[in-house]
Amino acid sequence: MSDADQDAGAAPPRRTPGGLLGRAAFTLLVGAILVFTVFPFLWAFLSSIKPNAELFATPVQYWPAHPTLENYRLVLASGDFQRALLNSAIVAVSVTALSIAIGSMAAYALGRFRFRGRSLVLYTVLAMTMFPQIAVLGALFQMVNLFKLYNELPALVLTYLIFTLPFTVWVMTGFLKSVPVEVEEAAYVDGATPFQVFYKIMLPLAVPGMATTGLLAFIAAWNEFLFALSFTQTPEKRTITYAIQSFSATTSGAFEIPWGQMMAASVVVTVPLIALALIFQRRILSGLTAGAVKG
Amino acid sequence: MGEAEKGGGAGSFTRTRTIYAWIFLAPTLIVVAFVALYPLAQTIYLSFTNTRFGSAEPARFIGLQNYADLAVDGFFRDAVVVTVLFTVITVLVELVLGLIIALVVNSRFRGRSAIRAAMLIPWAIPTVISAQMWKWMYNDIYGVFNDILVNRLHLLPSNVAFTAEKATSFPAIVLVDVWKTTPFMALLLLAGLQLIPSDLYEAARVDGATRMQMFTRITLPLLRPSLLVALIFRTLDSLRVFDVFYVMFGSRPDMQTMATYAQQNLVAISDVGYGSAISVAIFLVIAVFIALYMVVFRREEM
Repeated sequence: MSDADQDAGAAPPRRTPGGLLGRAAFTLLVGAILVFTVFPFLWAFLSSIKPNAELFATPVQYWPAHPTLENYRLVLASGDFQRALLNSAIVAVSVTALSIAIGSMAAYALGRFRFRGRSLVLYTVLAMTMFPQIAVLGALFQMVNLFKLYNELPALVLTYLIFTLPFTVWVMTGFLKSVPVEVEEAAYVDGATPFQVFYKIMLPLAVPGMATTGLLAFIAAWNEFLFALSFTQTPEKRTITYAIQSFSATTSGAFEIPWGQMMAASVVVTVPLIALALIFQRRILSGLTAGAVKG
Repeated sequence: MGEAEKGGGAGSFTRTRTIYAWIFLAPTLIVVAFVALYPLAQTIYLSFTNTRFGSAEPARFIGLQNYADLAVDGFFRDAVVVTVLFTVITVLVELVLGLIIALVVNSRFRGRSAIRAAMLIPWAIPTVISAQMWKWMYNDIYGVFNDILVNRLHLLPSNVAFTAEKATSFPAIVLVDVWKTTPFMALLLLAGLQLIPSDLYEAARVDGATRMQMFTRITLPLLRPSLLVALIFRTLDSLRVFDVFYVMFGSRPDMQTMATYAQQNLVAISDVGYGSAISVAIFLVIAVFIALYMVVFRREEM
């Protein structure tokens, strides 16, 4: 470990002869972190713009000599892939909207009202953010079949609530709690009902919180795989994670897997998420630290 | 609220507020009961039956038979070992690496915000897709890792099928998870670091403390709550790992986790009774870890 590693405070390595060495080591470390985090995505991108002759070449050709968008053209022209993109968008948007609509109501009750059973509900919600989805897979599978939802998108919308809703409630509760009491009291004095206070005062104030949780819910739903794999079957009902996974499942052997197209598909599916993550960096970070859940 | 004003008393106001609170909570409670609590109870019930999906004969209550089978099921035992090993190794590596990265990013240098942005990339990429990206890099013929290790650095005599060979499969998947999750861990710890008041370090510096002393006496103790939260969340998350194993190894018997084995029994084989027993077992393993953490941390607290 270099000196810089242990630099727990805010001070940068100092400009002394010894510090120069520390500085070099520090820069190296920063570079290593950057390469480690970015390289796999960069490699996927480079692979996606190589023609097959360069992609399947030994020794590996690092820089594409004849970059091409052929892989993107093939992937985007595929009906199954278009369908999967649309399905993922439908499911993720519906889940996000439902979670926010239902969750912000609950958060209002938990954040602004004092009543018996409040902490029980709150801790149930917290426990559920860590709920292992696999534990209810069998029963949900039965339920999905019972309601004739197998291989239907609503099956995913409903079951995805299991991981988006508790998280939404938890983060929104913290958010609504921080709204000053005076704002609410003034409205009550004017004779507003709790519903009016919720819709006219709390919701507008909660928009930043909704944006944060909405983003995280959207990303979680977009990335989900276990339920999609278990509750849908035919290509026209698949979400993108399932569709990309089945790229390789249907073929075997290195030559038959269309790696170039797969990497192009991966880039297409990931770029919107990365864009969202970078644009709303601050929001996402505050939401993640509040909820401490993995996407 | 009208009624409260008419009633006048504080008691009636509280009661009305309570009723409203439950009205606002109702949709969430219904959904939670519907998609989580009822299915959980149902899973426990199913684990005592021989329910098979699509089977003509009605399901029977078979007591602890599924659990007796589970106790002697070698595949399940292997899956538990793989999952627990995977959890312990990835969480420890991610905690240490995450802490180092958090400390680096917490100090001031040029390009700091760029690196912080870059750290969100692995987190945002769907696990299924990150697994595919790595599978391509691990490819035995055209993979970039083989090229670097064999042709450029001459560290290996010949190409290795990283995700096919027994010895390399486990390290290979650990690395994928470390890549995907370490940045997230670092961001959580970074948030914790930024809560530590900087005048503590100033005071320590005035007193002539070394960097190492500042780290062990100030940073670590004050970062403890953040470390605990990260540790617990990551452990619980890792114990239910599914996506990355499923994509990288499919149904390869020596590379099953508890979750992939349960999913296989529930959906592919449609043995709902047995699969539910596995689900309950997963729950119990997770409970053991939670209990372990509670015992360890409570002892430290005293």
